[in-house]
Parts: sequence; C-alpha cells; structure tokens
Amino acid sequence: MNLKLKIWRQKDANDKGSMVDYDIQNVSEHMSFLEMLDVLNEELIEKGDDPVAFDHDCREGICGMCSLYINGEAHGPDRMVTTCQLHMRKFKDGDTIYIEPFRANAFPVVKDLVVDRSSFDRIQHAGGYISVNTSGNTQDANAIPIPKDDADLAFDAATCIGCGACVASCKNSSAMLFVSAKVSQFALLPQGQVEAKDRVTNMVNKMDEEGFGNCTNTGACEVQCPKGISLDNISRMNREFLSANLKKS
Amino acid sequence: MGKLNSGVPEGELKNKWVNYKDNIDLVNPANKRNIDVIVVGTGLAGGSASATLAELGYNVKTFCYQDSPRRAHSIAAQGGINAAKNYQGDGDSTYRLFYDTIKGGDYRSREANVYRLAEVSTNIIDQCVAQGVPFARDYGGLLDNRSFGGVLVSRTFYAKGQTGQQLLLGAYSAMNRQIARGKIKMYNRHEMLDVVVVDGKARGIIARNLTTGEIERHSAHAVVLASGGYGNVYFLSTNAMGSNVTAAWKAHKKGAYFANPCYTQIHPTCIPRSGEYQSKLTLMSESLRNDGRIWVPKKKEDVEALRNGTLKAINIKEEDRDYYLERRYPAFGNLVPRDVASRAAKERCDAGFGVNQTGEAVFLDFSSAIMRYGKEQALLKGLDENDASLVKKLGQDIVKAKYGNLFQMYEKIVDENPYETPMMIYPAVHYTMGGIWVDYNLMTSVPGLYAIGEANFSDHGANRLGASALMQGLADGYFVLPYTIGDYLSDDIRTGPISTDTKEFDEAEQQVKEQLNNLVNNKGKHSVDYYHKKLGKIMWDECGMARTEEGLKKAIQDIKSLRDDFWKNVNVPGGINEMNKELEKAGRVADFLELGELFAKDALERNESCGGHFREEYATPEGEAKRNDKDYTYVAAWEYKGEPADAVLHKEELNFENIEVKERSYK
Ligand SMILES: Cc1cc2nc3c(=O)[nH]c(=O)nc-3n(C[C@H](O)[C@H](O)[C@H](O)COP(=O)(O)OP(=O)(O)OC[C@H]3O[C@@H](n4cnc5c(N)ncnc54)[C@H](O)[C@@H]3O)c2cc1C
Ligand code: SF4
Ligand code: FES
Repeated sequence: MNLKLKIWRQKDANDKGSMVDYDIQNVSEHMSFLEMLDVLNEELIEKGDDPVAFDHDCREGICGMCSLYINGEAHGPDRMVTTCQLHMRKFKDGDTIYIEPFRANAFPVVKDLVVDRSSFDRIQHAGGYISVNTSGNTQDANAIPIPKDDADLAFDAATCIGCGACVASCKNSSAMLFVSAKVSQFALLPQGQVEAKDRVTNMVNKMDEEGFGNCTNTGACEVQCPKGISLDNISRMNREFLSANLKKS
Repeated sequence: MGKLNSGVPEGELKNKWVNYKDNIDLVNPANKRNIDVIVVGTGLAGGSASATLAELGYNVKTFCYQDSPRRAHSIAAQGGINAAKNYQGDGDSTYRLFYDTIKGGDYRSREANVYRLAEVSTNIIDQCVAQGVPFARDYGGLLDNRSFGGVLVSRTFYAKGQTGQQLLLGAYSAMNRQIARGKIKMYNRHEMLDVVVVDGKARGIIARNLTTGEIERHSAHAVVLASGGYGNVYFLSTNAMGSNVTAAWKAHKKGAYFANPCYTQIHPTCIPRSGEYQSKLTLMSESLRNDGRIWVPKKKEDVEALRNGTLKAINIKEEDRDYYLERRYPAFGNLVPRDVASRAAKERCDAGFGVNQTGEAVFLDFSSAIMRYGKEQALLKGLDENDASLVKKLGQDIVKAKYGNLFQMYEKIVDENPYETPMMIYPAVHYTMGGIWVDYNLMTSVPGLYAIGEANFSDHGANRLGASALMQGLADGYFVLPYTIGDYLSDDIRTGPISTDTKEFDEAEQQVKEQLNNLVNNKGKHSVDYYHKKLGKIMWDECGMARTEEGLKKAIQDIKSLRDDFWKNVNVPGGINEMNKELEKAGRVADFLELGELFAKDALERNESCGGHFREEYATPEGEAKRNDKDYTYVAAWEYKGEPADAVLHKEELNFENIEVKERSYK
C-alpha cells in the first residue's frame, strides 16, 4: 500500500517543531508500524535527509520504550497493543497517517517523536518500593500464603509498562492510572501493607509536583492502555489515599 | 598460550562458597562511604547489583542506554526463573540443579560457579517475594511451579509470560529506594564507550550522554559490566534492538579476555521470519513446551498442500503427524533442551517438511492440552465431559490463564488465532553463553573490572537451560558480587577519590571522540543497517545452527572485508553533539563487526560439537553433537592483540570432580 505520513519534526527541546509530509510506497500489511518507519528512515538516509527519531527497544510490547500518538490515539488504532506491536494491516492504501509524540507538560519533547518520561521514574523514587534489604535473608517465600485472587490482581496491576499512553490520552494529562497501578500492586500484597499509607501519600504528592493533571474520570486512559490496566486501580488508590490522609490529619 | 587461574577456593564443593565468605576481607560501613562503584547496565544483573551495593553503603553510579532503568532487556524474559526450592517435593535439590546445569551445558562450565549458583537460587525467590514480586500462586495461596526443558522436576517460578518484567521491576524498585536515598546516581540515556584503566586497574569509564551527545568522564574504584548479551551480532534475534556488545568489546580491547564467543543459543520456539524489512524476531516462551506438542506432517504431499493453502493443519490426521521430538527423545519428549530441539527442527525442515512458504517452520500445537485441561475442568465442575465444544472452551480458558499474553502476542504478529490452529515456529538466536571471561569472583582479567549476568561467560557452558539466565543475573547481582567485590575493595579504603584529570582519561576520551568523528564525517554510500544485515546473514549462514570448517573460514574472510567496507563506505547522518540514533547504531555495529570475526575464529578452533556449538564434522551417526573431551575440556579465553585475527588463546582447563562426564543423552 501507499501512504501519506504527516510526522512531527523537532530538532531539539528548544526548537518549535512542525508537521512535515512524507510519502511512502509499497508498504506490506505484515510490517509492524515501526518497521514501516525503519523503511522511511532508510529512504531518508539514502537521500541525505535526517531520519526521524523515535524511541523503541524490545519491539514486543513489554519494555514501554516506544510511544507515538498515531491519528489522535496513543499507540494507534488497535487495542491492547503498543506501537511496536501495531501492524500495517490496520491501515489501508491511500491513508494519511498523523504521527506525533506523546504530549504532556510532564513529558517534554527531546527530539522529533522522542519525549522525556523521567517524571515517571521520579514518582517511583517517591515510594514505588517495599523497604526490604536485598540480603536474601528474608523469610521463606511460602511463609505467608497469599490468596490467589489477590496475587492475580496484584500481578495484573504490576504489568504496567510505564509507557505513558494513559497520560498522553488524558485531556488533563493525568498520571493516575500509572501511579495507581503501582500503589495497587503493593496494596494487594501483605508485604506492601506495612508502608502503604506513606507510599500512596508520597507518590500522589510527587505526581502533582511533577505537573500531571487531575483525574476527572473520563476513562480514556483505560481504553488506550496497552496492558489493560483497569480503572479499578484508581478507585483503590483513591480509597488508600483518603484513609491514609484521614488518619494523618 | 597461557594458562588461566579461575581462583576457585579449595575444599569440598559444597563448602567452598560458605568458607570463602567466612574468610574474605570486609570493608567497614564508614569506609564504604568513601568508595565509588560504577555499574553499567540495569537489567536483572546490573539492577540487583546496584541496589545491593548501594544498600551496603558504596556510592554507586549506574548507567543504561534506555530512558529508564526499568526498560533493560531483562524486562522481556517470559517463561520463568529456576530455584531449587523443592516445593513440589519432586526430588529437587541444590545438587540436582547443579547437575542439570552442568549436563545441560554439555560439560563445558566451571563446577564451583555452577554449584554456588544452585546454592543461592533459593534465596532469590525469598528475596523477590519480600519485594512484592507477584509470582503465580495456586489456590492454596502458595507459589506455583512449571517445568522447563532438560530437567525432570518442576522448579521454575513464574509470573504468567512476564516473569522477567516482574523480576526486573522488583530490582528496579530496590534501585528506586536507593536512588531516593541518594546512594545510586542514575544515568539514563547514557552509553558507555570505553573503560579507563589506570595503573593496571579499572578506574572509570567514558560515556556519551545520548540526549546531548556530550562525552563524559566518570571515575570509580571498581567498574561492573552488566551489559547483557551479544545475540544481535546476527542482526535478527529475540534481543531488544539496542542490545549490544559495545561495553564488553571495549573492555576486551582494554585487556579483558573474551571467553567462548561461539557458544550461542538458538531458541527452538520463535515466530518465523516473514519479510526483508523484518527488524527482530519474537520468542514464544519455552514454557509453552509444557503443554504444546511439536510436529510436522509425515507425508510430503501434506507439506505441499499446507504450503499452497489447500490443506489446514487441523485437518491432518493424527496418524499422519510426526511428533519428532517425542519420537526421537522419548524420555524428555517436547522438553528436550533448546540446542537439541532447535537442531531437530532444522533437520526436519532441511529434509523438506517445513510447514510454511519459506519451508522454515514447524507446528507447536495446543489442541491436546486444551482437551486435557477441558476434561479436567468439566469433571471438577460436574459438567458433561463428552461435550466436545464445552470441553474445548473450558480448556481454552485454562490455556489462556497460563499463556494468555503469549497467545495474544502471536495473534497480533501473525494474524492467526493460536487457540484454533497450531502456532508456526522456528529457531532464532536468543542468548549468548559466551562473554567476558571472569574468575570465581566474577572479576575479569583486568583487576577491578567485573562482569555479571549475560555479559560474562560463567555458568551455562555450551548451552543454557531455560529459566536459568534470570537466576544467574539475580544471583550474581544480589548475592555473589556484593561479597566478592568487597574483598577487592578492602584494599582501596585509603585510596580516596579517583581523579578524571589524568592522561589515561584524556587518552580514552580522545579515542572515543576520534571514532565518533570518523563515523559522522565518513559520508559514505550505505546506511548502518545495510552493514548490520549483511553481517547478520554471514553469521546465520556460517555460524548458526550448523557450522563447518569451510564455512567458518569463509565467514572470517567475509566479515573482515565487510568491516573494511564499513569504515570506507558507511553513511551516518547528523552530528555528534545531539541526539543521533544512527550514530549510536553505527558504534554498536562497528563492534559487532569485530566480535563476529572472533566468534568465527573461536568456532573454527573448537574441533568438536558441544551444546549450541554444532560442527557438522563432529556428529554421532544419529546426528547428535559429539564432544571431544580429551582435547577440548577447556574454556577458550581470547586476549585482544589488535585485529581479531591476532587474538591470542588462553585455556582454562575444566575439572570435573563432582560429576561424571558422560555423553549427554535425553533419549
Ligand atoms: C525474549 C527473551 C525471553 C527470555 N526469557 C527468559 C526466561 O524466561 N528465563 C530466563 O532465565 N531467561 C530468559 N531470557 C534470557 C534473559 O532474559 C537474559 O539473559 C537476562 O535478562 C540478561 O540480563 P542482564 O542483566 O545480564 O542484561 P540485560 O537485561 O540485557 O541488561 C543490559 C543492560 O545494560 C545496559 N547497557 C548495555 N550496553 C550498554 C552500554 N554500552 N552503555 C550503557 N549501558 C549499556 C542496558 O541499558 C541494560 O540496562 C530471555 C531472553 C529473551 C531475549
Ligand atoms: S497504565 Fe497503561 S498506559 Fe499508563 S503507563 Fe502503564 S501501561 Fe502505559
Ligand atoms: S519497543 Fe518495547 S514496548 Fe514497544
């Protein structure tokens, strides 16, 4: 198929940036979206132009490195996939495709389609851990049985890949889905309960400080999340936050 | 040719590590505050090492090329992690894990290291659970296990098909705790481009800030490489796009011996390639072989019909299917080790039984498992076990709960529903057992330079068993290196900060800048990928699943000419002082072009077949790998002397005192 691409180009963080048009021919429907961009880049290099910068690494939907806002949707038109898992069979000959970076105040553009998501790391530094030392001299792993349902829910929450699609698809650029996934994982496990109150308070405060917006329950994040992280996690975090802060005051 | 000393402590195998720990020098907490350690890499090995060293009190500086430590390639590991917990009561023990690993590695690994690995394996699970890693559990709330290839017990712990992700997020959280305390300083989007050696000791690195392009100097009292494997020398592999050999190769050029580069694991169950534009291959976890059965048709006419689309796999009758692993290896069946399974797939495909257009695919079929689970569920729930469609539905639900994300991944890539038709799979490059040579302390041949995780060569011999890389990465980082490095650093308590203002740092920085300049100023005809793909093809054709003397000699020549061509004609757009992804790739491919040659040279030198290294000249009449224990029971450690062709071989003899060396059989 032949396609028209409109891609955000921005030299560096200080550049204003703009959309630039490209034509690409003979795209196979079996290609992944990023392989299509690889082919475009090879053509640009051949012509002596600067290739389009984008982030990616695992190319199998697990590292969370790829991003891209495609035709107005984070990770594009398919559901439950990341951009690297999106295939060209989702498009048809003659389509125009808009490709932009994930946009949010807390995710400044570094170059072209590459953004800086280190704000996510800083939220994790504020409490995304259990304070246990790494000596290995903890108790036996089977000492505390954990009901399967809790373990499974904790696992589901823990599968968040930290991609930021939830933020990019939220009109308020809220990071609630991301933060609640971590808070929930630990809140559901006995090991996480000891520090639960401090954790939720610190992580939520840090999220606000980093410039993410408020949650107004539009639910766009859940729709676009490639890992199916559920809005239930946000409710759970809200409960945790309220109870932590009621006790405190 | 020199002899290498592995520094394995004296004494009985099972007491070595305990005695060692009792007798090493320790650094007191106040002194640790004055000692800096650099860790390159944030995968399971680097992440766990950084967190533990920081917790002990050292000042840690950690580097990764991704935008966050959480994205290291370990995140992609799917199937599980081994530990000799014996929770299933099926006869597992430290010795059995040790035995399986040595045998699985085709008797080409070091006994003492492997025993230690087995010994600390159980602590890993305790540690991870304490950190909140949500492993799979049974209905009683206890941890569940599954089986992996090459063993007869169930010792693999897992978190669906995302075990690596969950373990890495555990290590990442431990790092975050130390980052918050200021004990780890994290350098994301930084690439190490050289090691700096001062007075014979590793004292720092040169790194490039990948956002700004700036070249930086970082000093420390010791440097730890945890930079992963080099499978991407084949261009197509299951590794992440950025996985590279650069850190290890630069260390090699600064004096670290490179061991067994030719030991590569080709994983039997990956999604077959589909086109020229393909950028990577996707693994379908070995855990699938717990329940999936591998087959090809018995009849050539069925193969033809499959290829031209007139026949579907599900319509091939049971008696016309060749479950070739079950046929050839009745004892282990579909769970033979990876090298054996891969060669068997190649054998069938070479004989003309490949089931897709390219002739390079076999089936991995879940229909028996779906029906088996379905029946069990029907019985449990008091439903009609003779209602085939109900049983199938119930069975599919169980398979979905076990492997759902893998099935989804397959469907998204191939656009076929694997619950209904068998998956098509083919072997692909997956893991590198070879790597930087290290002694018992995990120290390389450069004092103060350590290598852990997939970056070193240490524990898996010529073939790694499934679910053992995660175990090794965490064992090295949490439980081994923190002791051994202390013994070394105890001499450094009075050294004080290491200056970066020395001629060694000047020179290293100069060299790095020169290479970068050469790359961007070359303005040649071909892109970096052009060269990487060519190299990959040579490697796959001549250094892949079957190797010959003739092919390897050709590979050596071809890689050398390709390397010369690269330096003359490569085209790297953009500049140095900016984010430049092509420049990053160019540096990595330049190193792969050197490593590839050493790889072929090593494979040529090893006149035997063992594990993943299969030389067609050395096979049993049944086509199994034929070792030559008399002449090759050693680790080949190569010393850099300029061109890869000039590398000098050092041998570390392997002694087996606690295990009988036998022909490896899974029949
Ligand atoms: C798809 C897949 C599935 C797998 N499944 C399993 C499994 O189920 N069980 C199992 O046991 N094993 C599995 N493995 C193998 C296992 O995942 C790896 O061997 C292991 O995770 C390697 O960990 P590591 O810490 O050594 O390196 P990695 O996780 O590869 O980390 C390397 C780190 O080094 C950094 N780095 C590299 N070069 C540089 C540089 N020059 N400068 C700065 N930083 C650098 C990277 O940024 C990264 O942080 C799997 C592998 C693959 C590819
Ligand atoms: S919650 Fe979903 S969308 Fe948000 S970062 Fe996690 S995986 Fe990405
Ligand atoms: S590149 Fe890793 S999730 Fe897309």
